[in-house]
Amino acid sequence: MLDIKKIRADFPILKREVNGKPLVYLDNAATSQTPQQVIDAIVDYYQNYNANIHRGVHTLSQEATDKYEQARIKIQKHFNAAKSYEIIYTSGTTHSINLVANGFSELIKKGDEVLVSAMEHHSNIVPWQMLCERTGAVLKVIPMNQDGELRMDAYNELLNDKTKLVFCNHISNALGTINPIEEIIEKAHKVGAAVLIDGAQAAPHLVADVQALDVDFYTCSAHKICGPTGVGMLYGKEEWLNQLPPYQGGGEMIAEVTFEKTTYADLPHKFEAGTPNICGGIAFGAALDYMNGIGFNEIAKYEHELLDYATQELLKIDGLKIYGTAKNKTSVISFNIEGIHPYDMGSILDKLGIAVRTGHHCAQPIMDFFKIPGTVRASFAFYNTREEVDVLIAGVLKAKSMLL
Amino acid sequence: MEIKEIQEEIIDEFSMFDDWMQRYEYMIELGKSLPLIKEEFKTDNNIIKGCQSKVWVHAELEDNKLVFTADSDAIITKGIIAILIRAFSNQKPQDILDADTQFIDEIGLKEHLSPTRANGLVSMIKQLKLYAVAYQTQIEE
Repeated sequence: MLDIKKIRADFPILKREVNGKPLVYLDNAATSQTPQQVIDAIVDYYQNYNANIHRGVHTLSQEATDKYEQARIKIQKHFNAAKSYEIIYTSGTTHSINLVANGFSELIKKGDEVLVSAMEHHSNIVPWQMLCERTGAVLKVIPMNQDGELRMDAYNELLNDKTKLVFCNHISNALGTINPIEEIIEKAHKVGAAVLIDGAQAAPHLVADVQALDVDFYTCSAHKICGPTGVGMLYGKEEWLNQLPPYQGGGEMIAEVTFEKTTYADLPHKFEAGTPNICGGIAFGAALDYMNGIGFNEIAKYEHELLDYATQELLKIDGLKIYGTAKNKTSVISFNIEGIHPYDMGSILDKLGIAVRTGHHCAQPIMDFFKIPGTVRASFAFYNTREEVDVLIAGVLKAKSMLL
Repeated sequence: MEIKEIQEEIIDEFSMFDDWMQRYEYMIELGKSLPLIKEEFKTDNNIIKGCQSKVWVHAELEDNKLVFTADSDAIITKGIIAILIRAFSNQKPQDILDADTQFIDEIGLKEHLSPTRANGLVSMIKQLKLYAVAYQTQIEE
């Protein structure tokens, strides 16, 4: 069982007040909070061994390089990648997806088909639309049902030998749905398509084993897993990463440069142009250490209890509707109260010290599907408590009484 | 009443409230009492850009004075536009152009709104002034 009191003590920000009330932070799907252990790793870097990596002969550079590469190995082990060089540091999930989408420009031709799920956020739609515009490939959408579950029957029908790529989130940011990615990957491979899974929302709640999944690409961002912003990773199977051309030029990605021709470095450096977010990479490793120290099984179990409790209590409120009622979902609750705009609800909750997300959550097609302008989204992390759920419920009731 | 006087009145009203919850409640009440825009004017052309919630504003010239009507799908936003309309509606376009918007700062509205709403507020003021420019030009012609 998790010792929540002890865990909360690790997060200095949870002690602060907002608008004169104790902070109740329920916007974890947007970004998680940072524990002292990760903050210490960041401070340690800047205080003790801040230096550029890989080519410096001096001690600080060597220390920074070692820590940065050790963090890569931590990420590799966490996701069970076969090789450390299959882990590419990026600035985050959006960068990872753009890297792959850009690379596929040379591997996809006119008339090829790429499939996207109906519950993606914009970062996993727009780069592929841009790819289709560049190449003449066709973007097709795997539909979902009213519960916010992908329609696998429709997916089966969409797959054919023209399908070259399938991309889907592991967990929906707006609905909390956990998608059946094992089945998605297996079926895509049967028609010869590659699969990219956006793991941004999954990484805080569960551990994806990329080898067991046999996924071709998997992405995540450190800031949703108690790490810093501006760093994330792309896992790619070695054979795919070798096929993709470099995304950006310069810095560590070169092997040899002459004005006649440049040759590229081996993986992973081929995709890591310029000075990377060294401190961020190291802190990413520290964040994984922290979360693994708590244990993902315990985290998932506890968050599920919070989800069930919050769902049960919210549904007692008259006129409240939850969007995203998949059987298999994580600790995200998107809701509206009839007659109340989500921005109004979010504004009042903020005045009460409760941080929730409102709006379309960068997933406008989902809002269009449900014919709503947006939702109020409460997303829970392992450091949230039942008492905070109670504060949320009281806040929603107070806002309702003011707004209706 | 002149714009300045109305603004003073609004500042006085807001100064009566001790905390921001009360001010929000007041804004919500103002929003609820906002005269609705005619359905025919709730067009894409009348939507103010920069607002996260939808805001429609329509302007008409009556006896050389500009009359604003508005609506929003969010009630707090409706309250904000209601305050602006109260200050600027039924005024001569030139007076609207000459008016400053310091009262917004004095009632602390901007600093207590989320950045997206504060941007929306700036857009709303800009739009009201643009209408005033357009109608002032029309009068001069």
